[in-house]
Order: sequence, then C-alpha cells, then structure tokens
Amino acid sequence: MLNVGKIEEGFVLDHIKAGKSMDIYEHLGLDKMDCTVAIIKNARSKVMGKKDILKVECDINTLDLDVLAFIDHNITINVIKNGEIVEKRVLSLPKEVKNVIRCHNPRCITSIEQGLPHIFILADEENEVYRCKYCEEKYAERQ
Amino acid sequence: MRHLMSPLDFTVEELDKLFDLANDIEKNPEKYAHACEGKILATCFYEPSTRTRLSFESAMTRLGGRVIGFSDANSSSAAKGESVSDTIRVISCYADICAMRHPKEGAPMVAASRSLIPVINAGDGGHQHPTQTLTDLLTIRSLHGKLGGYTIGLCGDLKFGRTVHSLINALVRYDDIKFVFISPTELRVPDYVTDMLKEKGIEYEEVIKLEDVIGDLDMLYMTRVQKERFFNEEDYIRLKDFYVLTQEKLSMAKDNMLVLHPLPRVNEISVEVDEDPRAAYFKQAQYGVYVRMALILTLLGLA
Ligand SMILES: [Zn+2]
Repeated sequence: MLNVGKIEEGFVLDHIKAGKSMDIYEHLGLDKMDCTVAIIKNARSKVMGKKDILKVECDINTLDLDVLAFIDHNITINVIKNGEIVEKRVLSLPKEVKNVIRCHNPRCITSIEQGLPHIFILADEENEVYRCKYCEEKYAERQ
Repeated sequence: MRHLMSPLDFTVEELDKLFDLANDIEKNPEKYAHACEGKILATCFYEPSTRTRLSFESAMTRLGGRVIGFSDANSSSAAKGESVSDTIRVISCYADICAMRHPKEGAPMVAASRSLIPVINAGDGGHQHPTQTLTDLLTIRSLHGKLGGYTIGLCGDLKFGRTVHSLINALVRYDDIKFVFISPTELRVPDYVTDMLKEKGIEYEEVIKLEDVIGDLDMLYMTRVQKERFFNEEDYIRLKDFYVLTQEKLSMAKDNMLVLHPLPRVNEISVEVDEDPRAAYFKQAQYGVYVRMALILTLLGLA
C-alpha cells in the first residue's frame, strides 16, 4: 500500500467510501485551510474492497467533524497527537447540519431569500431522516 | 419573545389558557375593547387571502388597536426584491406585532428569526396555517365542551389538505378521539399520518362514502374536493357527490353532530344545510376572530 508519512497532530479519516474523499475534503473546508492533507484514493481494504483515506495535519480543535456522520457514518476517525493515536472517535448523526446540503423544495423560502443558511434538523434518528428547518421537507438524496 | 409558527408551538396547557381567554372575550367583549390601545398590528400578506387578513384586522380593531399592512406582494417592497429578513426589520420599527402570509414555506420563520416583534404565521404555502387550526380547536372546545372524547369525520381532499393534516396533528394530543377519513382513493390521507396514528395507538377508519359513516360521527369536518386533483373527468363525475353534504345526508346524522368547514366553501355543503342547527361553520369564522384576539393579547404579553 502507498505510504504517506506519519502526522504529528491531526486526523486520519479511514473507511471513506471509495471515490468520496474529495467530497469530504470540500465539506470540511480543507480547500480553504493552510494545512497538509494527504488524500489516498482506492486503497485496498479487506472489508470494503477499496476505500479512501484522508490524512489531515492540523490542530485537532479546528475541524468540525460532526458533519461527516451525515455524509457517511461508516467513516472512522483516529485523532493523532504527538504522532500517536489518542482517540478513536465514533461518529454520531449531527442534530443539525448547516450549509452542507440544500433544500430542493421549490416552494421553500430558501429558494428565494438571499443569504439564508440552509439548515437541516435531525427529525428521526433511527431512520436517519433530516428535515429542512424552514419548510420541513424531508431530505431524500442520500448517496 | 414569542412567535406562532405552528399549532404545536403551544403546549396543551398553554392552549387551554388561550382558549379560556378567547371564551372570556366572547362573553365580555367590552372588557377587551381597549386592551390594545396604542398598539399596531402589521398584516404582511405576500399573497392575497382576504378572509384571513380581515379576520386579523377585525381582531386587532376589536381590541382597540390599529392595523397597517399590505395585501399582496406586488404592492410591497418584495416586488422590488427586498428580502423577508429586511422587510421584517423595517416592520419591527413600524408595528408591535406582525401577521405574515407568504407563498414560500418557512418565510414567517425566517421573519421571526430576525424580528424585534412577535410574528404570527398567517399561512406559508402548503406548510402551516396555525391560526386556522387554533380556530378549529376553539370551535370544537366551545361547542362540544371539550377537546377529547368524540368521533370526528374528515371529508374531502385529505391528501393535499394542509388544514386537515394540521388539525389531525393538533387533535392527537387529546384523549379518546377516533378519526374517520372519508375521501376518494386518490385523495386518501397520506401514509405518514396513518403511520403516526398507528404508532400512537389511535383508532381510525378510512371509507369512500360519507353516507356509510355519517351516523357514527360527533363531528364532521368538510373540505373542498377540487376537480383538478382527479386523474380523469369520469372519476370526478362518479365521485364528486359522495363529498357533498346535503340535508338528505345530514338527516342520517346524530342530532348533536357539528358540521365544520374552514371556508370558503364552493359547493361541498348545500346552502340548505346552513339553516340546520348542526351547521357550525359560520360560528367557526366568529371563533376565528376570538382566537386571534386572544393570540394577539398573549403574544403582546397583555393577557
Ligand atoms: Zn426547505
């Protein structure tokens, strides 16, 4: 397997669905951050066949990872400090997701009001149902 | 600051207080004739709804307050592209409370989040119309004596009818209510409603014809069946009379059954029914004013 150097402080996001690492890169806003990021695509995986891995070297308090649960809750997170894994974080579905997904209901106020954040609220944890905060329309397109 | 976005914003206890106040207004209107003196209600209607707007205006005027506003988007700054957020900040400087109607779902919530004054959702698209539901609840409570303990029939378009869904959601909070849904198959109540009733263990029944069940009902809530909701002309012609309440059908109903309708009606209740003592829909319009009066007082902190 391709080897990427160890990181001192940061996160290793493992078991990302193959091909989805760039989406996560964007959702986490890594394109706007001045930190070292290694994106490993299509790594071999015993369980998944192939998977993506993302290594981010940054202060562990700077990234909001809650949103990852919404995108793909199979992702595992290793928190690294001083070159060691200090925590394996389990993802739980965020109660609220802001500006990650857009409401597609054409009758929703978000379709015309400028500068309004797109906010979805976890309405049913068991069935992973999110609803638009404004129009309560169900978010359907989970990929 | 408190707003009203959905009928479920108030707990059952808070609603009881609101309805007690509305009933006191009904009995002693003179006591409240100056309660809102010096206060201004802004009616911001981005789409026309004359009945709802006049009900709000009547409510504020009967409380001794004044009303300003606009009644469609073309005559407002929205036509010039102003956002709801900006509009409400400005309205907050002009008025003490605002009733907002908007074709876009969630618009009143956006307004409430930026507002310096209480905002009442006066209808947002197909989403919520809480003052209609409060009107329905007050009418039932006033005329039936309590909000639980009866069989209610809901008749007509149960698929797209926002009024009906909202009423069902509000009624499931009370004890011992049985629902009877009367509609053509195409316009059945959505699955999420029946799923919710099953989950809560609430009894319900679905039928096609009103005459099959009218004798069992303590209350009948009529709604309009629009022709364009049907797939084809034949179905419409075949089925439409099932959903028209006539004196003949009413003769099979209990003597004390209440007939409710959110109004305006087109032809789903024959005019001859109006004279029947069981017809409660014009009283319902009257309760609509009382409940809005009570709501204005409550949200302004004057209750
Ligand atoms: Zn929406």
